[in-house]
Amino acid sequence: MSADNAPPEAAGTVPAAPAYRLPEDRWHAAESVFWLIPVLAFFFVPGYLVLGSQILIVGLFAVSLDLILGYAGIVSLGHAAYFGVGAYTAGLLATYGWGEPLSGLAIAAAIAALVGWLASFLVVRGGDLTRLMVTLGIALVLHEAANKAAFITGGVDGLGGMTMWKVLGIFRFDIAGRVAYVYSLVVLFFAFLLLRRLVHSPFGLSLRGVREKRVRMPAIGASVREREIAIFTIAACVAGLAGALLAQTTQFVALDVLGFGRSADLLIILVLGGTGRLYGGLIGAAVYMIAQDILAGINPVYWQFWIGALLVIIVLFARGGILGGLERLRALARRSRA
Amino acid sequence: MNVKAVLVAGAMLAAAATCASAQEPLKVGAVLEVTGPFASLARQIENGMRLYIARNGDTVAGRKVELIIKDSTGAQPDVAKRLVTELVTRDKVDFVVGFALTPNALAAAPVVTEAKVPTIIMNAATSVIVSKSPYMARVSMTLPQVTMPIAQWAAKNNIKRVYSLVADYGPGLDAEATFKKYFTAAGGELVGEVRTPLKNPDFGPFIQRIKDAKPQAVFIFLPAGEQAVAFMKGYRERGLAEAGIRVIGPGDVVEDDVLEAIGDSALGAVTTHHYSAAHDSQINRDYVKAYTDMFKIRPNFMSVGGYDGMHVVYEVARRLNGKIDPDKAMEIIKGMKIDSPRGPIYIDPATRDVVQTVYVRKVEKKDGKLYNIEFDKFNDVHDPGN
Amino acid sequence: MIANLVGVLFDGIAYGALLFLIAIGLSVTMGLMNFVNLAHGAFAMLGGYATVVLMTRFNVPFLAALPVAFVVAALAGAALERLLYRRLYQASHLDQVLFSIGLTFMAIAAATYVWGPGLQPVELPPFLTGQVKVLGLELGAYRIFLVALVIVITLGLVFLVERTRFGAQVRASVDSQQAAAGLGIDVNRVFSLTFALGSGLAGLGGALGIEVLGLDPTFPVKYMVYFLLVVAVGGAGAIKGALAAALILGIFDVAGKYFVPGVGAFVIYVLMVVLLILFPAGLYGRRG
Repeated sequence: MSADNAPPEAAGTVPAAPAYRLPEDRWHAAESVFWLIPVLAFFFVPGYLVLGSQILIVGLFAVSLDLILGYAGIVSLGHAAYFGVGAYTAGLLATYGWGEPLSGLAIAAAIAALVGWLASFLVVRGGDLTRLMVTLGIALVLHEAANKAAFITGGVDGLGGMTMWKVLGIFRFDIAGRVAYVYSLVVLFFAFLLLRRLVHSPFGLSLRGVREKRVRMPAIGASVREREIAIFTIAACVAGLAGALLAQTTQFVALDVLGFGRSADLLIILVLGGTGRLYGGLIGAAVYMIAQDILAGINPVYWQFWIGALLVIIVLFARGGILGGLERLRALARRSRA
Repeated sequence: MNVKAVLVAGAMLAAAATCASAQEPLKVGAVLEVTGPFASLARQIENGMRLYIARNGDTVAGRKVELIIKDSTGAQPDVAKRLVTELVTRDKVDFVVGFALTPNALAAAPVVTEAKVPTIIMNAATSVIVSKSPYMARVSMTLPQVTMPIAQWAAKNNIKRVYSLVADYGPGLDAEATFKKYFTAAGGELVGEVRTPLKNPDFGPFIQRIKDAKPQAVFIFLPAGEQAVAFMKGYRERGLAEAGIRVIGPGDVVEDDVLEAIGDSALGAVTTHHYSAAHDSQINRDYVKAYTDMFKIRPNFMSVGGYDGMHVVYEVARRLNGKIDPDKAMEIIKGMKIDSPRGPIYIDPATRDVVQTVYVRKVEKKDGKLYNIEFDKFNDVHDPGN
Repeated sequence: MIANLVGVLFDGIAYGALLFLIAIGLSVTMGLMNFVNLAHGAFAMLGGYATVVLMTRFNVPFLAALPVAFVVAALAGAALERLLYRRLYQASHLDQVLFSIGLTFMAIAAATYVWGPGLQPVELPPFLTGQVKVLGLELGAYRIFLVALVIVITLGLVFLVERTRFGAQVRASVDSQQAAAGLGIDVNRVFSLTFALGSGLAGLGGALGIEVLGLDPTFPVKYMVYFLLVVAVGGAGAIKGALAAALILGIFDVAGKYFVPGVGAFVIYVLMVVLLILFPAGLYGRRG
């Protein structure tokens, strides 16, 4: 019997699980091809590198959400909070004299992780709806705080005046976005490698256990609460990293980095690509942002309508998003071969 | 080599080159907040731009005008910055225009400076924007510019005790600071001040505080749209008008786009602004009629920003014969005089910001509809800065 | 000072009453069908726009337009429930969230397309404007009307749930769908009717809210937070809980803004987080 048969759709609170596969960490050929694409893009579409950096950054942000949503099953409507914390930290560092990019990233990610860790204690209590509200509430409070502290953050007008030093002392951030692109790509790649290792580790597997059958975890001696706190902190750290990247590459931070719109869009992006599959966030980001760039240019009002319709269709007929659909095709192909 | 032949060939080449560039469309890239919470602002600006093109033809100096509109989806400076970058690097626009919101304009400044593209701000109203780039000029207004006159008018007209209520964000704080400065300098007294949260649905408690303080007038600044509506309704409901407390402020709170939604609660509010749809000039009457015929809604001050901004583009193109050299363009823009539907204006050569008449108006009913009727004015108001 | 306090209290109650009216449908849906419906605000918006169209295009007076708003929203709710929502009852909460966000986007885009992005004006009948002297206090006439209406509706709802057969069926289905079905209760019908009722109430709330909250195409997203707040804090499926939560939130929001305007906006969010920490399943809730 082929191990690729997908389990029956779990009832109740579980998102569609990916096809059953023994956990292994080998690097697939498809992955190498995947990572080649952004590298080639640098050479073949130099006019789109600014959009490209933003796709990479949003992709990293989406992957961070996947950690808590796709792997641990925590529904969050306020993940932008940590993105924003990272962005403002990096922004403030650069505005007040410390424009070194790499250390700025590290500090921003650390602070975002701290905030995420503190927030996680509030988040792990209660059911789905409660978590939704708490995560949303935290993001709203931070958003309001950033607005109030306009004398530091620039409030609605935003934090301009960031001066970034050269990356590694050699590469200046140029207007065409070439340095920003490579910088974002390298950071994304290394962060992704680490996270990939994480989700295939015993810890990562235990997260899937949390997502699928919470009540059974204590029976095998695994503390659900500890794991949720840990993964939430890690997710916040990565989100902060993405936020800092955005701030550094655009040299501007606006209040919307903490906004609800950002959290909501991210949810859509992740679902579009497919949750629980790490690459889903990257694919979703690429498809969503490219489509938005093309379609919104044609008619912005229709864009919102069709994105809504697409979301409805995905949920009704194509759960698992793009990657889920691809997997089903593969399973179909395999079955027809067998 | 036959010198004459070379000269003729050279002349033909030059003519061909000018013809070739003359065929190239005049690209105007507009960054507007088309979707999202500020869509109605962007709509007015875009309408103003399109109306100008419709009334003046889509060709200027032999080049066809191509309007490229990019949607920044709201107050998203990173998106705005990317769109401007794409407009100047990919689309190679001759002009960048638009910007209803300050953060988007601020983010764009370093890009247009490096790419040397003349940029016309059509609405964003914070003073500091045009100083961020030598290639930026503004045709709309700044908040301090339209707030200073109401402070002076109030002090001159026996309104000595005022309570200030502003929304707690950048422009609100700017308005509060400007009003305080000029009002107290003219001998007025601020009996109280409050800053309301940006997303506030109900002004009840704040209005109660105002009533308690018994001022002669309440100075208000709120983001254009539902906040203004909510406040004015609360004002009417709690009988502030009956208590003798008037509403004063910059005209944003009763601007033409929302006046109808506010309804009769707005009657009697005295504000200062640079444009009213009821402005009494032939140019404006024609403008309002053309606008209403084309778009079925009333034009407001943002549409005039779009309209006059396009005029600047056309004027520069005309004077440079279609060859847009950025530095020469900025020279032409500095000091440019425009006969705008709002009245005559000009661009200050030193600051590249607009200098215009600010009118004092009262909300009254005309032909059964609410309008801001102008009854006094302050000529040649420069942006006082911060 | 006392007069001010009572005045502020009353404002908070009126605000809370409006929130309750709109959110009660969501609370019941969540409790009954375990369905997180973020598109609930869209039904409220539909009621609002229906009222505006009736009043401006067909010159229907405000009071007469209210029941129509209810009916229009209820019908829309019934139709969508049958066609779309029904398929997702067994789906994960995440899927439901996404689905309803998608619906919300479509609603916002459609409203923008039809009515434009601006605010909709509404003219109230004169007897509902201005202030009324009640026991020496000056209270807003419209707010009195709101509170009175919500009291009547709440009593009606409580009666419906506690005393009628339908109400018993609803309560049975909330407790256990399987057992209820086993008793011969048509659970699907109960769901449809309840969803329609909840949507209808939302539509009515939306129509009433035009004056207080304003109506434009982004209404569903703007106020969604508040509705979710009421449901999360009050506990899904509990009328009393939703009422208590709405009133508490309304009063604290208003009082916070009156007494400490500097931090006014924070109060409601911080309060929500605090209440959720203390009562993870909501004030009266059974399910989280």
